[in-house]
Amino acid sequence: MLRFIFGRLAVLIPTFIGVSIIAFSFIRLLPGDPVMLMSGERVMSPERHAQLMADLGLDRPIYIQYFDYLLNLLQGDFGSSIVTKRAVLTDFLQLFPATIELSLCAIILAVCLGVPAGVLAAVKRGTWLDQTLMGTALVGYSMPIFWWGLLLVIFFSGYLGWTPVSGRISLMYFFPQVTGFMLIDSLISGQAGAFKSAVTYLILPTIVLATIPLAVIARQTRSAMLEVLGEDYVRTARSKGLSPFRVIGIHALRNALIPVVTTIGLQVGVLLAGAILTETIFSWPGIGKWMVDSVFKRDYQVVQGGLMLIAAVIMVVNLIVDVLYGFINPRIRY
Amino acid sequence: MTVVELKTITPPTGLAEFWFYFSRNKGAVIGLAVFLIILFLAVSAMFAAPHSPSIQNREVLLLPPAWVEGGRFTYFLGTDAVGRDILSRLIYGARFSLFIGVVVVSLSVVSGVLVGLIAGYFRGRTDTIIMRVMDIILAFPSLLLALVLVAVLGPGLLNAMIAISLVNLPHFVRLTRAAVMTERTKDYVIASKVAGAGTLRLMFLTILPNCLAPLIVQATLAFSAAILDAAALGFLGMGAQPPTPEWGTMLAEAREFIQRAWWVVTFPGLAILITVLAINLMGDGLRDALDPKLKRS
Repeated sequence: MLRFIFGRLAVLIPTFIGVSIIAFSFIRLLPGDPVMLMSGERVMSPERHAQLMADLGLDRPIYIQYFDYLLNLLQGDFGSSIVTKRAVLTDFLQLFPATIELSLCAIILAVCLGVPAGVLAAVKRGTWLDQTLMGTALVGYSMPIFWWGLLLVIFFSGYLGWTPVSGRISLMYFFPQVTGFMLIDSLISGQAGAFKSAVTYLILPTIVLATIPLAVIARQTRSAMLEVLGEDYVRTARSKGLSPFRVIGIHALRNALIPVVTTIGLQVGVLLAGAILTETIFSWPGIGKWMVDSVFKRDYQVVQGGLMLIAAVIMVVNLIVDVLYGFINPRIRY
Repeated sequence: MTVVELKTITPPTGLAEFWFYFSRNKGAVIGLAVFLIILFLAVSAMFAAPHSPSIQNREVLLLPPAWVEGGRFTYFLGTDAVGRDILSRLIYGARFSLFIGVVVVSLSVVSGVLVGLIAGYFRGRTDTIIMRVMDIILAFPSLLLALVLVAVLGPGLLNAMIAISLVNLPHFVRLTRAAVMTERTKDYVIASKVAGAGTLRLMFLTILPNCLAPLIVQATLAFSAAILDAAALGFLGMGAQPPTPEWGTMLAEAREFIQRAWWVVTFPGLAILITVLAINLMGDGLRDALDPKLKRS
């Protein structure tokens, strides 16, 4: 097992270097140079320009600049924002909990609804229930979530007035951020109604972000379950006279869940891509909105650093999923 | 002497067999029908659309749909904030969405299959390098990478299509490579090699046709994903630019009116959903029809 983990880590290193090359070079593909980007509309004398280029080390050969960049990355220096002058890593660490909180709630919702829906559809294969569930799943899978979010806002926030439109918690409440997770912080603060407020703000973004993973998980669970239900050991379990609940819940589902766990792991990229749209619609202060805002503000240092950090997170999560897969599937022993 | 008439049973043609399996999936047939209607509307937009997609009629700003009080049948789905007919814009928008799908799928299929074929056929160092590069692309969330690429290249429909093609590429490379690797060692390929077939012939004429089934299914999925991604980029302001009647861009323009005029927001999204759903339904049917593992009898 250790050998496998180290093997995977060894593959991660060239990928990480590749990602850093992409992040490093994209800023240099832009028309103009970083100094001109920073100066914006202001006119600058050629001497001043050359001086700034030298100050920033941009007059050195490109490969030396890259190694410098890589060295900084390894020391945790992901650059700093041109606009706010704050370190990219500081901003990232401050905003990331909001995205994690939203993504975790979304994936929990997706699993809690998707797995039972998939099992039910498989067990009732070919019936109207199966067709309704899988039809709904396909609609969810085809959903433009940015539109879905707007529709929910129109109906639940505008028409019914049940949920707030944007943000993480009502402005009435103010308490220190201990964990960065609003649900936990609001509980710790002990303020009456704070937790409830945090929940109401979380509901719509969670539904929107969960939509596609939910559909994918439901479809995957159904097909994995159908495969397992045809196996001999399920027939044996049935013929032994075990209750249908035991056969499906214990014998079949445990084995069917193996590919489903991989699917859940693969949703991390989907969730982060979805977070870009969801956070933009609901003004959710997470890294998705931060990246979109930075792209529009042309704050390319942040875009560069953010790309690196997000890619690093995805690579690490994929590694963890791979390792977990080895644990839950005894047929694979590395 | 009597003449005995021999009844010969001709095997069904490939197309007939395909239709037999495809048409067993009702959803797929419905998807195909809806897709053909959208295609027809897109092609004949000049005649099908009741109004011009860009003419602004100051007398009918934010007119509701025909069935709502105050609506007019001449503007069936209502008008937007500058008095353009929404139905006409949606019909013209279908052109953009289908065009985006076709361009993105063509670009990513051609390049993806080529690269995947090279990786799977030659293996070794070439394969390792190609797959590492694909891993790098896959390390980014697709929409984020597309967004940043468009930011670098400059917002617009063409750049959005290039960016989406690039983020779609790894799926085709991986799929082609996997299929080529299973086919490469089969007897018919070795026989062909022994008979003196050259590398290019082996790659493109012997192996590739036998790898097509999963690629066709993936291409359908990529088609719908491309429409969604392009609409998302348009929604974020990085795809087609206003006043282009692209569905995602229309949604972005309509955002500020969600409290006042629900129809401006509802219909463009519904158009995206229906189109993507129709293509995905077709994709499910194609998978059933093309996957030999699922064929019974």
